[in-house]
Amino acid sequence: MRPIATTRAATGTATGKLAVWWVLASEVVIFGGLLASYVMFRLGHPEWADAAAVTNTWIGAFNTWVLLTSSLTAVLAHQAAERGDGKKAAMYLYCTIFGALVFLGVKTYEWWYEISHGYTITSNGFWAFYYTAAGLHAFHVIAGAVIMAFVARDAAKGRELHRVELIGIYWHFVDIVWIFLFPLLYIAK
Amino acid sequence: MVEPAVDLTHGHAHDDHADHGPQGWLKYLWSTDHKVIAMQYMFTGMFMALIGGFMAYVFRMQLAFPGMPVPGFGMVSPGEYNALVTNHGTIMIFWVAMPVLLAAFGNFLIPLMIGADDMVFPKINRLSFQVFFVSTIVILASLVVEGGGFAGAWTAYPPLSADSTYNLTPLGSTLWVIGVGLEFVAFLLGGINFITTLMNSRAPGMRAFDVPIVVWMIVVASILFMLSVGPLLAGAIMLIFDQTIGTGFYNPATGGDPILWQHLFWFFGHPEVYVVLLPAMGVVIEIITTFARKKLFAYRTVIFTIVATGVLSFFVWAHHQFIAGIDPRMANIFTITTLLISVPIAELCFIYIATLYGGSITLSTPMLWGLAFVAEFLIGGVTGIFLGAAGADIYFHDTYFVLAHFHYTFFPIAIIGTFAAFTYWFPKMFGKMMDERLGKWHFWLTIIPFNMIFIPLFVLGMGGQHRRIYNYTHFPELAIDIFQDMRIVATFALLIMLGAQFIFFYNCWKSWRSKERAPRNPWKANSLEWTTESPPPHGNWHPDRMPVVYRGPYEYNVPGREDDYWPQNEPK
Repeated sequence: MRPIATTRAATGTATGKLAVWWVLASEVVIFGGLLASYVMFRLGHPEWADAAAVTNTWIGAFNTWVLLTSSLTAVLAHQAAERGDGKKAAMYLYCTIFGALVFLGVKTYEWWYEISHGYTITSNGFWAFYYTAAGLHAFHVIAGAVIMAFVARDAAKGRELHRVELIGIYWHFVDIVWIFLFPLLYIAK
Repeated sequence: MVEPAVDLTHGHAHDDHADHGPQGWLKYLWSTDHKVIAMQYMFTGMFMALIGGFMAYVFRMQLAFPGMPVPGFGMVSPGEYNALVTNHGTIMIFWVAMPVLLAAFGNFLIPLMIGADDMVFPKINRLSFQVFFVSTIVILASLVVEGGGFAGAWTAYPPLSADSTYNLTPLGSTLWVIGVGLEFVAFLLGGINFITTLMNSRAPGMRAFDVPIVVWMIVVASILFMLSVGPLLAGAIMLIFDQTIGTGFYNPATGGDPILWQHLFWFFGHPEVYVVLLPAMGVVIEIITTFARKKLFAYRTVIFTIVATGVLSFFVWAHHQFIAGIDPRMANIFTITTLLISVPIAELCFIYIATLYGGSITLSTPMLWGLAFVAEFLIGGVTGIFLGAAGADIYFHDTYFVLAHFHYTFFPIAIIGTFAAFTYWFPKMFGKMMDERLGKWHFWLTIIPFNMIFIPLFVLGMGGQHRRIYNYTHFPELAIDIFQDMRIVATFALLIMLGAQFIFFYNCWKSWRSKERAPRNPWKANSLEWTTESPPPHGNWHPDRMPVVYRGPYEYNVPGREDDYWPQNEPK
């Protein structure tokens, strides 16, 4: 039996959705602190531009496109879940997970390339931030994809369809973090 | 209130529910009941308080009688001394004040005071405690690993904290960061639960301004914590990387900056003061209204004041860094914001006084603790003005004056506030009344020694005694006899205070063993937790008779009523 507390909604918004937004609020300040530190350092170290020039903007742009597309399928999954079509929602969620895997695969290639050319996390301040920020983001991609797999498995059986929207909100957040990381780490040379 | 004729709270539906799952100790460990989790946090916090108190005993003995073995510990080496003060601070703030005031009382009070049967995410609540428990093991382990516990002060400034060739504790310092980081994760999980529970699970009829202030305070504190801890979590990741894989985030040689850590730490560290202060202030409001039998003065102003405090608390952090080489123009700005934040806090003190004014005051043990909180915190607040002003702080920085100042804030919060809450809700938590006579002995034997410890330390600080010195006899120009006498007075006072805590434990044990059961509402208070049994059963109320709220929690001595109180759930 579920506690009565879990069935109430005094604000009119479902508790799960409120909680996801609060999780995002706590995540925003984690990335916010990291990126604000990076920006302050970058302004004080014009020479970091040399290190930034090594990053491959085109590969970064491709990964941005992959993540944006995976957010689109997350929205389509939500739309299907609203209609009560669990099977279709699950299908779209699996597409999003596929996007996450492509993103991580490309990321792995990039890091392999950079590390093999001697640009490691201890090389200098830029690379320390590069690997830490992108790594923390990749960790969120992995966590989101794993949770999404569970949501998709339930959705395929028509269960807990409201969770499709919740994981979608989280996924958009992961996407938006990357929208900040991409220009800061790849475009600003 | 009208006592129900039959026992309404023991529903069979809920008893069946409670019996599912593991039994015995496992049942206790895996319980999702908010009251059980509250007790787990409470007892872990109290256990850690004993460890933190023992550390204080050892290093105060070393300061009073340098070079002599400390009974129960032995000789204190300089490294051990530093590890003891570091971990005393860390443990008292992160493993005592936070789990007891925020997590234990938050877990116990929020569902009971808003008329819910549990948190909205009971399993995440349990996970929060489990993560916290792991963090406790990590921080305790960090004390006994090879090289000893981290000894770079609880603020962990790099480069001392980042480089083991300086701090000589390669394992201890990394475990320290991991322990603190895990503890933050635990409170983030718990905080989200607190916030969403208050937002969504209030009893029917309970509007935002019918919520007891202590619940508001705990939830605002959770929001403050959540919004301030993120940058420090990022900073902790960077610190661990600096320690273990040799990045240079805080190392100027590789383009880093040690001041970055100070910014990230204090951007969290200062709101953290309010994270623990607000719940204590809320507790005191509940106690003062109950024992003055008077309506809270200016309920809405309190809410707006704490929100203002919360917002301002994000803009004061650099007052900890006045001598860290920050721009003097920036120091001016932070002086102004720091002085500004004393306005809402002073306002709360005036609200206490206005509430007491003309009340019919009972000096019970919880009320004594509550009043002591106001009086002692006031001293902490006023001495904070000296340190918030950059000019005075440059002289006082890192002296015993700073130490005495923040003990005059944290001791009222973490110890006085906790004892106030504990003695006030003890009947509800354990179903027994505490002994008032023992309670008052314990109160006076804690409060008087507390002042005897820290007033001499103010004087030491004004005399320029630096706070991080292991043995003053090594520094002839600092080793002044009268100052050494003051250190001895402070140490004796500490021994008396620590000894007095046995009265408290004896009182708990004696009350727990007593046959006499506490009534539902021993203090004749209004809020919802007093309408159920003591202690409340699983589910708090019978599922068919969950409380409905008709008014705010502070309707005492309403004209035209026979009773001097008016429970929130009593229909007109």
